Amino acid sequence: MTKTFKASELTIGQELPPLDLKITATLVAGGALASRDYTPVHHDRDAAVAQGLPDMFMNILTTQGLCSRYVTDWAGVDAVVTRVRTKLGGPNMPGDLLKLRGKVVAKSEKSVDVEVAGNNAWGNHVTATFTLALPA
Amino acid sequence: MNENDKKAFETQLRTFVGRPIGPPMTGRDPVNEPMIRQWCDAMGETHPAYLDAKAAKGTIHGEIKAPPTMLQAWVMEGWEMHEGYDEPKNEQHRLHKFLADHGYTGVLGTNTEENYTRYLRLGEQVTAETVIAEISDEKATGRGIGYFITTRTSFVNEKGEDIGSMSFRVLRYKPPAEAASAGGGAGKDGKSAAVAAKPTRIKPPMGQDNAWWWEKVAKENVLPIQRCTGCGKLRHPPRPMCDACGSQKWDSIAASGRGTIHTFTVIHYPQFPGYDYPIVSIIVDLEEGERMASTLVECKPEQVAIGMPVELLIHTDEDGFKIPFFRPAK
Repeated sequence: MTKTFKASELTIGQELPPLDLKITATLVAGGALASRDYTPVHHDRDAAVAQGLPDMFMNILTTQGLCSRYVTDWAGVDAVVTRVRTKLGGPNMPGDLLKLRGKVVAKSEKSVDVEVAGNNAWGNHVTATFTLALPA
Repeated sequence: MNENDKKAFETQLRTFVGRPIGPPMTGRDPVNEPMIRQWCDAMGETHPAYLDAKAAKGTIHGEIKAPPTMLQAWVMEGWEMHEGYDEPKNEQHRLHKFLADHGYTGVLGTNTEENYTRYLRLGEQVTAETVIAEISDEKATGRGIGYFITTRTSFVNEKGEDIGSMSFRVLRYKPPAEAASAGGGAGKDGKSAAVAAKPTRIKPPMGQDNAWWWEKVAKENVLPIQRCTGCGKLRHPPRPMCDACGSQKWDSIAASGRGTIHTFTVIHYPQFPGYDYPIVSIIVDLEEGERMASTLVECKPEQVAIGMPVELLIHTDEDGFKIPFFRPAK
């Protein structure tokens, strides 16, 4: 993660390298607590099962944090996230494989929009569109 | 609810629009390195601007900054959230309770939008003020009828400077009765709720004429082709009678697994759970002369071409189900 893309170097439709993340209970709970989200369904399996879910599930902030890492690892250290629009889908749980795929969907002189789709065995978990300010 | 009750309900519902959910909420701790490091551990972040003051100097960020998506984390209530609440503590809780009391017991986050004015520096103290911005008309959704509630939060630092904003949309819905009894909603005692099964590939129908084919795939890891024992003609998909000689006697051979793409299409939508999208759906001309429908894997959709040589691969789903797929020939 050294070089940062210039907006002019990127083309609409360009894809990010794929990233597959194994989701563990530690990651779900660790992400929830790192975001100070102590809602029981994000760290306590019994609490989630009591609500009719098969397992505890990832909170939104962790999903966004993982997507943000995915995008800026690719874009480079000087890329600045200015906006994230997130469409939430199905749950992300221990044992799932979260497949992150990204592509450039819009660009201007100094910024690009990158759409990240996160899918697992339940279907679409998240679609997040990141606006990145980049060097011209 | 009769018409008058519904009117009164709607009127009362609308009074929530525009209300701040409560007093502004200031984070317990200012932006600090230990919390940033804990976040980075969980997220697998190695960004130097979040973690390394010296390296950060060489970047556009100039100093340690907080990861942008941490914005909301700085004002989260933390530990007390695990206790839940019996009585509503703020206007947002009151709105949700009001809807739940009228049968809209389901809740589902649907969208967020966050704007980051700039990345936060160490020592900044974040305060958030949230307003109930919109309540939609009653909508019919896949989950049941309900209302979309949008809250808007503005974030400022200790000097009152704008540092970002967030809107968050949730659906508050009435779970259909059958869904509630099937475990779609939480049982009051928390014990009766059934556990949802993880969706997998929709299984092909298997009857007397074709179950043998799927069994052979699963047990022998081959792609079988049915063969008439009367005249020797191959046929696919499996069926009881030969269209050349009329014989109902047959056996099968294992295909070589080599073939070429006769035609294809790429499926992006609709996306069903249990499948990887996009799906490259192909018709393969097998070396043996038969033609079959399958899926092409290990190949980007834009690289598929008619006439492309492909080879067999027996794919195994997470639940153990086996299905013949193809990939570009090596």
